[in-house]
Amino acid sequence: MKRMQVTRKISNNIFSMLCISSVLFGITILSSIFYALIIHGFPALNLHFFISDTPAPDSPAGGLRNAIVGSFIITTAAVLVATPIGILAATFLSEYARGKKIASIIRFVNDVWLSAPSIIVGLFVYTVVVHPMGNYSAFAGAISLAMIACPIITRSAEDMLNLVPNELREAAIALGLPKWRVIIHIAWRASKQGILTGVLLAVARISGETAPLLFTSLNNQFWSTNLSQPIANLPVTIYQFAMSPYRNWQDLAWGGALLITVVVLFLNVLTRYFAKSGGKRS
Amino acid sequence: MGDFVFSNLTRIFAWFAFLLLLCVLFSLCVASAPSIHAFGFHFLVSDSWDPINGHFGALSAICGTLMTSVIAMLLGVPLSLGIAVFIAEISQGKISKIVRTLIDLMAGIPSIIYGMWGLLVLAPFLADHVQPFVSDAAQGIPYLEDLFGGPSLGIGIFTAGLILAIMIIPYISSTLIDMFRSVPPVLKEAAYGIGATRFEVVRKVVVPYVRKGMIGSIMLGLGRALGETMAVTFVIGNSKQLTASLFMPGTTISASIANEFNEATGLLYPASLLELGVILFVLSFLILAFARLLLLRINRKKAGAH
Repeated sequence: MKRMQVTRKISNNIFSMLCISSVLFGITILSSIFYALIIHGFPALNLHFFISDTPAPDSPAGGLRNAIVGSFIITTAAVLVATPIGILAATFLSEYARGKKIASIIRFVNDVWLSAPSIIVGLFVYTVVVHPMGNYSAFAGAISLAMIACPIITRSAEDMLNLVPNELREAAIALGLPKWRVIIHIAWRASKQGILTGVLLAVARISGETAPLLFTSLNNQFWSTNLSQPIANLPVTIYQFAMSPYRNWQDLAWGGALLITVVVLFLNVLTRYFAKSGGKRS
Repeated sequence: MGDFVFSNLTRIFAWFAFLLLLCVLFSLCVASAPSIHAFGFHFLVSDSWDPINGHFGALSAICGTLMTSVIAMLLGVPLSLGIAVFIAEISQGKISKIVRTLIDLMAGIPSIIYGMWGLLVLAPFLADHVQPFVSDAAQGIPYLEDLFGGPSLGIGIFTAGLILAIMIIPYISSTLIDMFRSVPPVLKEAAYGIGATRFEVVRKVVVPYVRKGMIGSIMLGLGRALGETMAVTFVIGNSKQLTASLFMPGTTISASIANEFNEATGLLYPASLLELGVILFVLSFLILAFARLLLLRINRKKAGAH
């Protein structure tokens, strides 16, 4: 009897220790990443970093101005395309097909898209946009990012629309409004904050995406804001520079990595803030 | 009239996701037709990758993908289980909240950052401090010798698997936490009431209650590990040689595509890479679909219980 008690206690303690050590493992990894980013990335973030274009290998000066602007252009274009599509799709799922079989099928496919490999999206856009058009372009990059952003926006917008209380809709219908105006004026307006959260989440996700940009917008050593031409962007630049043997390129890659991480984590914090204040209200 | 227009407008965009799925599959199949015609089924079982003579086979990439994913699962699943149990069962209040936030932060870091960190921080660390000792310890033991032999390069299949494990931890553990929290407290209280230890409660009450959902979230992690590109591309070494050693460079489907697609010339070379893409897409679609089905069933059960 005594021995059984002891073995049970020991196995319980070992289990707890294992759980705690896996948490410690996670925290160690996370701090190692942040430490490396700050130690290597911070010195690179000087004024030159923001006002000069990507340099040739081993030349002293240079920054990531064109990549930062390029990333901004592609991301903005992608979000502008994806947001209306995502919201309209969510509206159908939540307002017209709620509880129907069709809604669950579409939601299922949408969920699969949420975690589908992003490199496949890049290949697809290459075959249907880049190849027929004959050259890599910022436009193609934006399409591939929009394809990744869309399911995220649909998912969170649908969740938010489902949270809008039905009494609000009923009250509006009772006043004689047609359904489409009820949706636009009541449902969309009530879930504005939640939809914004989804858009921010999507921006956070796509601003670090690299794989789909490799064969769509490629990269550009020079300043370009032309949507039909290859454009520089932060992720691909970081990829090329970090893999290169040149010291100054690696430094710039660390700087870019720090910049992206800060932006992405800031967006995540912002989302959390919005989600929290939105949740309180409903 | 307005209603008709608006409802159909939303309907079209809702079907978008479905349509896109078919489009992607169709266009990738069409684009990889030359390679499908040239190699047929042989593509899947051949490990030759010779762009100059135009022989292509997917075996080494498929093996690499499966090996890195298996390593990622073997390391990542127990770790995320431990983290989830810590947050949901062991810690309380502030500590649990802080740890959860940290894990969520891990999920937010872009994969290229993991790749860079893996190449410039983790790989040198493994090469200097871990791999030599493991290789020495495995010396003379059959099978293990082959598995952990070779020079300590730092980059290779094992490093890629480790990075993947780190990357899927936040996804698996955060779904697990939600599931663990969905277990009715009464069940746990009853078990504690008859004197069960925490280990026994987790093993005999919590885990059986959420088993299907657990498999679902693990499969979701597997789906991510299969398709993850950038982090792997950084540390895998991109060698088409099939090796038994985990410490040697290898390649995965996504890393091959990322590394070679822009340089692929001619007809067969890009088509072969696209066919690799089709294989990856079908593979991850099946796994993700299965995972979502399991998770969906859990959610329905939860909704029904209310």
